[in-house]
Amino acid sequence: MSENFEPRIVAFCCQYCSYSAADLAGSMRLSYPPNVKVVLVPCTGRVDPLHILRTIENGADGVCVAGCLEGDCHFLEGNFKAKKRVAYVQRILSEAGVEGARVRMFNIAASDGPGFAEAARIMTETIRALGPNPLSIKTEKMSEEL
Amino acid sequence: MIIAERKPIKELLEMLAGHDRVLLVGCKGCVTVCNAGGVREVGVLASALRIARRRQGRPIEIDEMTLDRQCEPEFISWLEEPLRENGYTAVMSAACSVGPQYIAERFDNVAVMPALNTKFIGGTLEHGVWAEFCRACGNCGIHNFGGLCPITRCSKGLLHGPCAGSSGGKCEVRPEVDCIWHLIYTRMKNLGQVDKLKALKPAKNWSGYWSGGVRRVVREDLTL
Ligand code: SF4
Ligand code: SF4
Repeated sequence: MSENFEPRIVAFCCQYCSYSAADLAGSMRLSYPPNVKVVLVPCTGRVDPLHILRTIENGADGVCVAGCLEGDCHFLEGNFKAKKRVAYVQRILSEAGVEGARVRMFNIAASDGPGFAEAARIMTETIRALGPNPLSIKTEKMSEEL
Repeated sequence: MIIAERKPIKELLEMLAGHDRVLLVGCKGCVTVCNAGGVREVGVLASALRIARRRQGRPIEIDEMTLDRQCEPEFISWLEEPLRENGYTAVMSAACSVGPQYIAERFDNVAVMPALNTKFIGGTLEHGVWAEFCRACGNCGIHNFGGLCPITRCSKGLLHGPCAGSSGGKCEVRPEVDCIWHLIYTRMKNLGQVDKLKALKPAKNWSGYWSGGVRRVVREDLTL
């Protein structure tokens, strides 16, 4: 794995909690890895398995889906649906030969700026340990690996 | 509806070995409703297969198309142009197994593969859970059983039930399954028709099922 590998991570964040937490982390001037690019969604229940798969297919090293704390979803159970879908995508990815751990769910309260920064750190470290998205590595090397 | 389920990616990859340009065709009928082969599932599957093939070091091009129905030749003919124009060497059909057979009969220069396992005729128990309700025996007799089918839904296909394994309303064969004979009895009791169950039923007439080869239904008034 290259020493200077900087993971590219896409975070689908729900408007009511984790996105607000990200915003708060910003206003609190908390520093967190800049590797995480946030995509605002109305609710994590809106995140379709296809969104996650296509993000990986198109080269992201990791994807996280960040919703409200369990029981606090603005739409009652969007984050529970997202949790199941994340698990589903993890299974599909491992069937396809990509580490399921590249996809992960977080639950962060709107008031928890530090929680968002922490999630960004955990995700970045996880992906740094896994290395780059195997789809972006030269294919000859991959076929040897399999 | 017909309930189907996606085959494991590994099995599909084996079918696709040697093919680099493939059309994945979904169906907007039953398999959309049971989330096995509609537009969305086709998108997910195409993505998964492309990812897997890149991992194997042999990328594959997979185009996606979902027909209104694959169980009618008119809709299958919509594949003519894409197959002529795009040089696919294989079509993978995400429909019940009627679809791939129609495609195979119509196009003799492409390989045809099923993406799904066609499981049974069934219904939705809850979101994401489906169960079998009818075995298409060809001779429906559920009026004798309070409108419920013991042929399909009793694990032993009993016509005089329940068996001694019925317990707490559940079937001894698989405890998550309702004992249909418990349901039949309860319903007949509510209808005041338990007597009907006591009548001896002759062995089921299975002549509408396996015998006589491929089954057909013909409506003369509709034929052209
Ligand atoms: S009796 Fe036959 S046709 Fe009727 S529901 Fe049962 S299997 Fe289906
Ligand atoms: S327990 Fe009920 S459903 Fe199961 S085999 Fe016996 S009669 Fe049939």
